Amino acid sequence: MASEHIKVSHVAGLARLELTDAECAVFQTQLDAILGHAESLAALDVTGIEPTSYPAPVYDVMREDEPRPSIPPEAVLANAPDQAQGQIRVPKVIADA
Amino acid sequence: MSLATATISALRKQLVAREITPVDIIDALAATISAKNEDIGAYLATNLDDARAQAATADLTRPLGGIPIAIKDNINVLGEQCTCGSKFLAKGYTAPYDAHVTGLLRDSGAILFGRTNMDEFAMGSATENSALQVTRNPHDLSRIPGGSSGGSAAAVAADLAIAALGSDTGGSIRQPASHCGIVGLKPSYGRVSRYGLVAFASSLDQIGPMTKSVEDAALLLQAIAGPDHRDSTCLNLPVPDYTADLHKGVAGMKLGIPKEYFGEGIHPEVRARVEASVKRLEAAGAEIVEISLPHTEHAVATYYIIAPAEASSNLSRFDGIRYGQRAAAPADLLDLYKRSREEGFGPEVKRRIILGTYVLSSGYYDAYYTRAQKVRTLIRRDFENAFQHVDAILTPVAPAPARKIGEFADDPLHEYLSDICTLGPNLAGLCAISVPAGTVASDTGTQLPVGLQILAPHMAESTLLRVAKAAEL
Repeated sequence: MASEHIKVSHVAGLARLELTDAECAVFQTQLDAILGHAESLAALDVTGIEPTSYPAPVYDVMREDEPRPSIPPEAVLANAPDQAQGQIRVPKVIADA
Repeated sequence: MSLATATISALRKQLVAREITPVDIIDALAATISAKNEDIGAYLATNLDDARAQAATADLTRPLGGIPIAIKDNINVLGEQCTCGSKFLAKGYTAPYDAHVTGLLRDSGAILFGRTNMDEFAMGSATENSALQVTRNPHDLSRIPGGSSGGSAAAVAADLAIAALGSDTGGSIRQPASHCGIVGLKPSYGRVSRYGLVAFASSLDQIGPMTKSVEDAALLLQAIAGPDHRDSTCLNLPVPDYTADLHKGVAGMKLGIPKEYFGEGIHPEVRARVEASVKRLEAAGAEIVEISLPHTEHAVATYYIIAPAEASSNLSRFDGIRYGQRAAAPADLLDLYKRSREEGFGPEVKRRIILGTYVLSSGYYDAYYTRAQKVRTLIRRDFENAFQHVDAILTPVAPAPARKIGEFADDPLHEYLSDICTLGPNLAGLCAISVPAGTVASDTGTQLPVGLQILAPHMAESTLLRVAKAAEL
């Protein structure tokens, strides 16, 4: 198991979360305690044990490749915070030349 | 007596005999909601006019014809808001489709009636983590109803609903059912489609019934169980008649008592109520066998690595682009993501996203996540070994009765440890149920419900319900 403490502000960045300094301080203490508890798993011998991702089999479900009705675009766009010309509008992602 | 206090099975008899109408039931519920919901806070929203319109055209020949069902607010109901108890969705998400289970309920003739409060994105054991309102335990308004399906549990317990759907990732149906004194059933993983349930931890989540009786749990499970081609984890297996064996009793059955679930940390009065239930089952003809589930103590650590890991992945879709919270005037796309998520998510959700991101990150993945998945295998094997010797397993649901609101506010690890009795069945994919087992007097004189947890093998809901029926007070 990892022995070093979690760096909350760094991980928050990876998770696309902008935390305040106060939140970072609180989470630092709490997550250190939780990860400290998780260290107990290190004592178990798991050599040769297969990991369990799902407790039951997962099937690939294939359907016929044919057109069928879907959720109406207007119902999807109705939930968008910003839209224009039948599309969801987002901040500019391509820099000016 | 108000129709609001009745069970599904009793109401169905009256409806079929034309002694009452579905509108009568809605009117009775409307009266109790008007009288009690402001204090309890079980519902985020109800639409009585729409419910009466559905009631007026309900097909009484269907299995749940004319029965109103409340829905936890992380299950999509076409045309209604779905907030997941979060600010992120409260401002801007109306479900553009029905979940598989809500579609099945409509097909069964049920009236979809009201959305119940919950811990934000189903993360919590108290319904204290809802960003929208507080829900209180109907048996003692100073206490939690349990979580995360606390709104559904409180609604059923206080006769604000005939029955409800909840979701259970680590005990979120059984634990609030125990604290509120109702029946809560977590089906086997893969028994009920998760299509249209807003995902928390995909390998653990299941939708299930919260009801006033074991028979009602069987009726509601009957309506929502079965294959769904839109969920690759939903098993393509036929659905048995869950009421067929309900009254057969437990004579000749072997019931296991795992010593690890009755150790230190269990409230003595909780232990006493559970042991009294065990004795009644023994008197009814069951053989009681002591068993061991040796990896029980590792369930909390295993769950609180796997569940946040899956949550951090599932919640990455909440980015402020397509629905919900979007930060104003972003500098760029990354700024939009980070500030929208900061503004929209509450502390428990952020804490779990960070924990999940950490255990999945390069360098820590094998140390935490892969190891936890291997320990999950050991926990699953414990149950498989036990079920070679017993038909079902009996345990407490929670170590103590409902605590005071705000008691563990700054101590999430303490809160997580209180889930010890319910996490194992989710990690192993078992079916599990909480059945009322009596009450414990609180220091303020209120009577707090205690639940008996019954566990059965994967897809053995008929066995589970048979034992639950025999244990029902």
